[in-house]
This record gives sequence, structure tokens and C-alpha cells, in this order.
Amino acid sequence: MTRKIDPMLISRRRILTAMLASTALAATGFAPMVARAQDSAEPQTGGKLRLVAPYGSALQSLDPHATYESQDMAVSKAFHRSLYVWDSASNSVVPDLAAEVEQSEDGKTFTYRLHDNIYFHNGRQVTADDVIWSFTRILSPGSSFSGIPNLSGIVGARDFLDGNADQIEGLKQIDDLSFSITFDGFVEPGYLLFDAVTSILPKEAVDGGDFLSNPVGCGPFVFAEHIEGSRISGTKFDKYYKQGKPYADEIEFTITDDYSALDLAFRAGELDATVLGESAYVLYTQDPELSKGLIEIAEMFTRHMGMNLEVEPFGDVRVRQAINYAIDRDIIIEKLLKNKAFKAVGWLPTPSSGFDPDRAPYPFDPEKAKALLDEAGLSDGFEFEAWVTDSTSSLGVLQAMTPYLAAVGITATPKVVEAGVLVDAINSGEATAWFRSNGTGPDPISALRSFDSRQPRSKNRAAYNDPAFDAMLDEALGTTDPDKRLALIRQADGHIFEQAPVWFHNYNKAVLATQPWVHGVDGNVTEAAIIEVDSVWLDENAPSR
Amino acid sequence: MLQLLLRRLAQAALTVFIVISLVFVLFSVIPGTFTSSLQADKRDVSQDVIERLEDELGLNDPLPVRFANYVTDLAQGDLGVSYATRRPVSDMLSGRIWASFKLACAAIFFAVCVGLPLGFIAAIRQGSWIDTAAMTFAVSGLSIPGFWAGLLLMYLFSLKLHLLPTFGYGSGGLSHLILPAITLGIAPMALLARTTRAAVLETLNADFIRTARSKGMSERRLVTRHLARNAFVLVLTTIGLQFGSMLGGSVVIEKLFAWPGVGSLLIDSVGLRDIPAVQGAILVIVLFFLLINTLVDLAYLVVDPRIRYN
Repeated sequence: MTRKIDPMLISRRRILTAMLASTALAATGFAPMVARAQDSAEPQTGGKLRLVAPYGSALQSLDPHATYESQDMAVSKAFHRSLYVWDSASNSVVPDLAAEVEQSEDGKTFTYRLHDNIYFHNGRQVTADDVIWSFTRILSPGSSFSGIPNLSGIVGARDFLDGNADQIEGLKQIDDLSFSITFDGFVEPGYLLFDAVTSILPKEAVDGGDFLSNPVGCGPFVFAEHIEGSRISGTKFDKYYKQGKPYADEIEFTITDDYSALDLAFRAGELDATVLGESAYVLYTQDPELSKGLIEIAEMFTRHMGMNLEVEPFGDVRVRQAINYAIDRDIIIEKLLKNKAFKAVGWLPTPSSGFDPDRAPYPFDPEKAKALLDEAGLSDGFEFEAWVTDSTSSLGVLQAMTPYLAAVGITATPKVVEAGVLVDAINSGEATAWFRSNGTGPDPISALRSFDSRQPRSKNRAAYNDPAFDAMLDEALGTTDPDKRLALIRQADGHIFEQAPVWFHNYNKAVLATQPWVHGVDGNVTEAAIIEVDSVWLDENAPSR
Repeated sequence: MLQLLLRRLAQAALTVFIVISLVFVLFSVIPGTFTSSLQADKRDVSQDVIERLEDELGLNDPLPVRFANYVTDLAQGDLGVSYATRRPVSDMLSGRIWASFKLACAAIFFAVCVGLPLGFIAAIRQGSWIDTAAMTFAVSGLSIPGFWAGLLLMYLFSLKLHLLPTFGYGSGGLSHLILPAITLGIAPMALLARTTRAAVLETLNADFIRTARSKGMSERRLVTRHLARNAFVLVLTTIGLQFGSMLGGSVVIEKLFAWPGVGSLLIDSVGLRDIPAVQGAILVIVLFFLLINTLVDLAYLVVDPRIRYN
């Protein structure tokens, strides 16, 4: 017996859940906000979409399997598709290339049937064989594709990856359009298979020799040109499987991380949408016209000060809690970050399915902080070194925290290093405390694994060791009842909140600025720069029409 | 001349070897690696993938082994494969060298066209308001940071006047080239203006100028035949040095204008600790500098026949 999962039913159910969650979030003041009223007009076709890849001045790779950078993800979805896709309307993953999904009775096998009208840009139909080949490529022995962790839970994946098996046992082709995936344990496959790193690619194009300079996918746009370090463009794919989409005839991404230049280009009307930095955000919110096109998103990233629990006095929970009580986050978010952040009330961010809207943040209570330090035998305070990068959200925040910490007797000294050096120092255990932004979604259990004592130091960076917490995660993972699973996830997040292995600071508020002639831009909480471009359309006022 | 070229070639080979050795060793011993830079991105790359990547790229090999492999490949004309893109570095550079060269040529063209006349006029009108204005302009050009000048130009010509595109490469045409070229050319222009003024003033006081004047030579003939040519020998060195250093000096400008040049590749690669790509970009920058300086040395022979290289 199998349980059939209708993608539309999933969507409807999740939309309802998301609506309820949004109502709850709105009550807490954390709800993602779209400043301009949602479009009700009929989408128009034509024009050129002019977007931006805003996290660097180059793309790393046009092969979506071979990339490790957020920058490339902003572009990939225009050319490639995966089995699932992030649906901003329902705040969840939904099937994309898969028309039907059936889950087995034991909950570990998922049988998929692809839409029968999906084609690659080279004209060939996408079949189950392409899915099997793409996943097998990612897991090929000796490979180092970034999608390996996404697929390593498939039965037999590890054996294949290590060269001990000829094929992946858990991947089975049923017919031309159907296949099944069996996982070792209970997973939500959507979380694993929506990312561009698990895109479905055509074997003949990848093996053709020029895939890195002429990528072929089954996405809404056909690759046209890539000028390295400047732009990448595509043209509308007429055989795209979603009828009538994409709406735009062409797409172009400018590749740059210079936010001042992006601001000027957007104001000059040369970009249809862009990501805003802090200083531009303030100016845009104060401008009556520009503010209408702002889309504010609580991204699934949690900014925090991590603490090395193997270094005293951070092993003492009272000290960690004291730090959380000692600092006025509201002032820092308002004055330093210009309100471009949402106050953190746990590890899981507001858009996460595991977010607990009823949880209150640590209040600013220096007296309580002092009392906790007294209890911990640190009435005279203590000193520590905090590793930071020179960004506002790292060194800037530490400098803003310093007076608050000093008021309770704690002296924090900054050690400013480059981002890569910071990672090395954290992973090696050299850093005592550090500032970082962690991806905390969309899979809440994976996000909470950052405190799983069985994880390597590069994942459990605080060296948090709490078997009770590990057991909570295992129980949540092994539970098929969604309500019970959600309750366990929230319990685990609440546990981490109490144990405070980090100073909970904020969830990043990403802000997209859109022009008045652009419609259908979604607010993607997994990464704001990844816009679902097949749904974006330009009205008659667009200069590119 | 052949002897000069051979000597320069030998010097260039030695310079290149020293530079690439220094860069390789430096990037191998300073904190941070390619894989740690990946983990610094917003996306968390798993430790399992990192370890596989290190094996695949040979990052765990001892430094002398990696260096020996690099030098051996380089001697065969192979610049290696970029850690980040997995593409041959030569392929990555080939697409960018032309863009950088074009930008450098346009920038030096702007610098020479504006800086030379400005300095010349300032010297001829020494002490006048023209001299004061020209030198104030020149000092300002040297003082303003390139990125700030670029933003001001973007603001004026793109946002306010809608005359030129803010950034990007476009189809490689003139409209996208003008703003980055002017931005990159401002500082060399200012330096050239000051150098030209000083060179012309020095030449004006030379004996042969006095002699020419006493012989009754017209001012126009004096300036074009004697003054300009002799002063230009002194200015040529500045032009050569400025032009030669433009590929390396355009890093910030290329990033600001989303210009697909070698400079922006270099800065991205440094951030990623992508040593093969860094080496390739630096190699191009060093070779360009050496080439321009050799050409300047040869140009001396044409401009001033008295100069001999022994």
C-alpha cells in the first residue's frame, strides 16, 4: 500500500498552514512583508528581465552540480530545474518536475512520475533515466559535488560513493517517466531535492565537452551568453513545461556585489529588481516611490555569536544565558543594522516550519545577567576574545555589544580576520567566540543538527554535547506524524534556546527592491536573490519592452 | 636592439619566476584555504564534501610537491585548472585579457589626451590662473579614490543625465567603456599633468631653448620642434609606468563597473584562495607591465636618437 501525494493538495495544505503561520508571525511582528500590493492583473508576455547575481563579481560554475556558492544559485533556476522547488506563496517545498509523488507505507520510499511534457533545451524529453543519471553523477565515486549530502541518505548511496557498489540500490527506474527513491530513514525529500545542486541534467550535454561554457537544462530560459565577471543571459524556452511561462522573452543577470553601483543602476532604471544593503534600505524606505516596491524577507539565516563550549567559562550555561540577558538587541538592530534584521528568538528563524511563534526572546536584563554570573562564580567578570570579520554584522555588532558586556563585567576583545580564516579557527576549535550567520532552513532538523554532538566540528561548531538533545532530534526524525514531529522540533529548538550555546542575535532581513513595472517577484526565504523567474512579468511601462 | 630584447626577455623570465614563487608560497602559508573560503559562504558546505574536494584538488599534498607540479606545468605552458571553476586558467584569462587591455588602452588614451595638454598649458602659462586651476584639478584627480570618482560619474552620467549605462560590458561597445575608462584614467591623467608641467618647465630653462629664442625662432616653432619633443622624453616614462600598472590597478574599477577583466578575476580568486587563478592573473599583469616597459625603452630610441643601449 502506498499513500498518494497530490502536489496540488500538498500546496493547498501548506498554503493553509503557511497562512496560519503568517498570521501568527504577523502578531509577533516578524512577518515577511511585501510593500506593494500583490498583482491581480493578467500577466503580460514579452520584454527582458534584468536581474542581479549580488554575491560576487563572478559565477563559480555554470554546472549546477559543481557549484558551492549562493551566487550561482541565483542564476541556476533560470536554466535548470529540480524535482522540487521552493514555493514562496506556501512557504514550503512543492514538487516541480514531478507530477505525482507517492509515499510508501513505511514512509521511506517515494515514487515519482514526471510530467510528460518536460524537455531539455536540446529538444529531448526529460525522462526518469535523466533523474537517475543526474543523481548517480552527483554520487559518483571520487566526486566532490556539493549535492552529496542531499543524496547520501538514499539507500546504497554511501556504498556507491565509496566505490563499493556498481549502482545505487535506492534508485529504481520503473518506466520512462517513473522512478522511486528509497531513503535509509525518514526524510522530507523536498528539502533535499529542491536545490539547484540536485538539478536534473541531460547526460549527452554534460558529457559533450562544453557544458561549462554552454549549459543545457530544462528551465524556463535557454542559455544565451556568459561574459565572465559581468553578465549571463538567456532567451525564453518555448517548450518549457509550464504552459504560458516564462512570461519574459529574455533574461539577463548582472554579476556584481557592489551595492552602491547596484543602487545607482536600479534608480537609473537599468535593473528590474535588486537586493539592497543596509544604507540603501534606509533611503528606500524613506522614499515614497521606491518604498512601494520593497519586498522584505526574513531569510532562513540566523546571525549569532557562537561560543566554544570547550573553553571556560562558556561551558557553564549560566554564563551563556548571562550574555543573552546582558545585551540590548533592539538597540543594536535599530541603530546599527537600521532595522534590517528580525530579532532572534531561537535557532530556527521565523519562516521555518519549526519556528515557535509563542516563544519570547531573552529580555534585556543586566541585573539578571549579573545574578547569573554571580551564581557561576564570576562576580568579577571575565575576558574573552571574539573572532570577527570586518563587516557591520560581525565587528560592528561586537563593538556595539562591548559596552553592554562591560556593564556586567565582561570584556570582549575583537580579533579581526578574513572570513575563510574565521571558518578555519572555528572548525579547529581555536576560536573562543565568533560571529557568523548560519543557514537555518528550510529543513528544521538539519538546521538543529548544528548542535548534534555526533556531528563533526565543522557542523557542531560550539562543540555542544547534550545526549538528551540528540535524542530529541532522532525522535523527531523517526516520527511520521507531522504534528508530533513539529512538536518535537519546537521542543528541541526551545531546548537550545534555554541552553544558549550561542548569543541569539537576529534573522537576516533581506530586502528586494522592485520597479513599478515588474510583477510576480516572490520573496524567497531560503535565499532572497533566487527569484522564481518563470513567474515574473513586465507590464507595458517596462523600458525593456 | 636585439641584444636589448634578449636581455629584457631574460630579466622577464627571472621576474616572473620570482613573482610566481612568492605568490605560491605566500598563498600556501597564510591562514585560510580554498576550502575554508567555501565554508565562509552563506551556504554551508559539508565536511564530507570538503574532504573529497581537498583530495580531488591535491590540496593535501606537501607544499614542495604542489609547487614542483605547478612550475613543471607552467614550463609547458599549462597554467593549471582553477580550484573554483574547474576550468583551465588559460581559458578563464583568455576571455578577460581583451576586456582589461581595452579598458587600459582607453584609460591611458584619456589620461594622455587630457593630462598632457593640461600640464603643457600650465607650464607655458606658469603662475597664471590657468596654471593654478590646472594643478588644482590635477591634485584633485590624484586625491579622489577611484571608486568614489566612479560612483560620482555613475550618478551624473547614468542616473541624472541618462547618457551612459551605469555598469556592465554590454556588447563590448564604446558606451559601456567610457565611464570605467575615465574613472581608471583620472589618477594617471593627474599625474601626467603634473609630470608634463615639470618636464616642460625644466626644458624651458634649458640652454638650447634660450639659444633658439636668441636666434629669433618663432614661439610656435620653438614649442612644437624643440620644447614638446624634449619634454616628451621625460613624460614617456610616466606614461609607460602608468599604462603598465593599469591591469593590476584596475581591480577596484573593474569590480565597481562589473567589467569582466583580469583585475576582478584576481580579486575574486584571492578571496577564494584559488591559487592557480591568482597565479594566472598575476602572471598576465606582470607580463603586461614588463611588455609595456620594454616598449617604452624601445620608444626612447625613436623619440630621442641620442639614447643608446649598450
